Amino acid sequence: MASKTKNAKLEVASQLDAVDKEFQTFQILNEEGEVVNEKALPDLTDEQLQELMRRMVYTRILDQRSISLNRQGRLGFYAPTAGQEASQIASHFALEKEDFILPGYRDVPQVIWHGLPLSKAFLWSRGHYQGFENTAALNVLPPQIIIGAQYVQTAGVALGLKKKGEKAVAITYTGDGGTSQGDFYEGINFASAYQVPAIFVVQNNGFAISTPRHKQTAAKTLAQKAVAAGIPGIQVDGMDPLAVYVAVKDARERAINGEGPTLIETLTYRYGPHTMSGDDPTRYRTKELDSEWEKKDPLVRFRKYLENKGIWNEEMENAAIEQAKEEIKEAIKEADQAPKQKVSDLISIMSKELPSNLKEQYEIYKEKESK
Amino acid sequence: MAQMTMIQAINDAMRVELKRDEKVLVFGEDVGVNGGVFRATENLHAEFGEDRVFDTPLAESGIGGLAIGLAVQGFRPVPEIQFFGFVFEVMDSIAGQMARYHFRTGGSFEMPITIRSPFGGGVHTPEMHADSLEGLMAQTPGLKVVIPSTPYDAKGLLISAIRDNNPVVFLEHMKLYRSFREEVPEGEYTIPLGKADVKREGKDISIIAYGAMVHEALKAADELEKEGYSAEVVDLRTVSPLDIETIIASVEKTNRAIVVQEAQKQAGVAANVVAEINDRAILSLEAPVLRVAAADTVFPFSQAESVWLPNYKDIIETAKKVLTF
Repeated sequence: MASKTKNAKLEVASQLDAVDKEFQTFQILNEEGEVVNEKALPDLTDEQLQELMRRMVYTRILDQRSISLNRQGRLGFYAPTAGQEASQIASHFALEKEDFILPGYRDVPQVIWHGLPLSKAFLWSRGHYQGFENTAALNVLPPQIIIGAQYVQTAGVALGLKKKGEKAVAITYTGDGGTSQGDFYEGINFASAYQVPAIFVVQNNGFAISTPRHKQTAAKTLAQKAVAAGIPGIQVDGMDPLAVYVAVKDARERAINGEGPTLIETLTYRYGPHTMSGDDPTRYRTKELDSEWEKKDPLVRFRKYLENKGIWNEEMENAAIEQAKEEIKEAIKEADQAPKQKVSDLISIMSKELPSNLKEQYEIYKEKESK
Repeated sequence: MAQMTMIQAINDAMRVELKRDEKVLVFGEDVGVNGGVFRATENLHAEFGEDRVFDTPLAESGIGGLAIGLAVQGFRPVPEIQFFGFVFEVMDSIAGQMARYHFRTGGSFEMPITIRSPFGGGVHTPEMHADSLEGLMAQTPGLKVVIPSTPYDAKGLLISAIRDNNPVVFLEHMKLYRSFREEVPEGEYTIPLGKADVKREGKDISIIAYGAMVHEALKAADELEKEGYSAEVVDLRTVSPLDIETIIASVEKTNRAIVVQEAQKQAGVAANVVAEINDRAILSLEAPVLRVAAADTVFPFSQAESVWLPNYKDIIETAKKVLTF
């Protein structure tokens, strides 16, 4: 006969507290461009602050031009970036040339500021094989398409940097949806186990295509996912360039000092569609939500901050816009001059020395294409 | 020369390469202090240290990603997937990522990664450990897929795989790990990838096989000889890319062929070999090329294995159909 089990009561209150642990959103500039966290202000010169602004303005223009080039059929795959400039450009601004970037597909701007010529970025967008040709010295990989894959690879790049004793970090980006992937957990956990110099950025723009953030997980923040991996997790106002800069700079310093990886969640928003391949955000977002986030715009608040400091004006803004437009025009011209792709080109980049089957197919296509 | 089992030859190959090239790293689940669940990495941790030979957390996709990142940083990773039945967990890293980086970067990055993994039936593993999944790998552009059948071949092929600048999936049949010993030279020697080996010469029929099936084919050839048939046994050794030249030369000599694989019949390596023969040597054939393969079920485990796995009797039966066509 089954005996009655005692009504034992597990003490779980403290564990539940851990689940509800609050992560403060780190902020330096509020929506009005006012400093709300004086002691956290980064040690940036006026010139550096202007350069950061210039890059954000440039990136906003690049986004507008890319969207219209895409609509004209002159660009291939494109994932809009407007709204995420602080998250993307200010995080990159905290890096050095020797740091290695593993971008997601929306993170083309960071790759460009790390040294990929704009014309090559356009070629990549078109799927042209010359897009990432000769990039071995740039410390970047092509934007990742399989969401989460860049996280596990980042653990490997960072372990490589550690083994070589280099004073550099590997940094990677994904979105809020990416944190649901197995590779997200495997990546941050491997990085933790080996205590490697890695920075994992989650650009939480609220939607994974159409799926809202709250449907990804019941976790209150994405930053707290770091806790289970045993690494620091930081939530930062992703519309505040100075806060993003400081969070990444700080993570970089700790990584280089051998203190291991950091997970950074940036709270941000994309104004445009998921990609230019047919996504319609009005199906899943309200105008009210859009305008709520537009009030937080990173360019607006940083412009106000710099203008109040007397180091930014309309003339400088227009110069940045003109420079962007000019360079984009030149880059597209250059991209248009790339050779028309042939199957034999594609075969020849499968590996340095072709295996027997491809050698044979190369000759067949070469012959066909010469006619 | 020393007498070695295949597992010893594999261990020796890694030792040779760890010694020769400091960029070579060996890692995976339990490969460190424990020396691997089959002892493939026995003593390597003690000999080369934690920096070169190390355990990973238990996550195959993580292992694949780690290998890719290390390759990007100029290392020559030799990760182990503890059993190839677990490959689905790391399929994206292998087929979606490392096989494509050279292409995606227009040649900026090479992926000199050798993924070692035990596979194959007949040793009563638990479920989902023993599947022959080389067909999935062979269908993936950018990968080389190597399957040795002897200790001597295993060492020479593994050294070549580690030195190769492309990702190589190196599959080690569990039944062959300790089934026999043979002379294996000390030190380094290589056997080129993509080259088949005629394991037995014959003139009446070509039996094309790889992995453990090479030994079933040799046994079948012995039996057929008693009945007056001379069978040639071709060991593919590399299933992607195929050594078309050796296959066709053999078929043109014997004019009859069968292809043997332990894997299920559907799609797969044997079907590909048959297609290549039909493409290139159909006028040399006196009979259709037939396959010996397992049934198109999932891999059964333990007691059901011996019923399911193709063996020399199946090979003899199919060979006779072709010989008497």
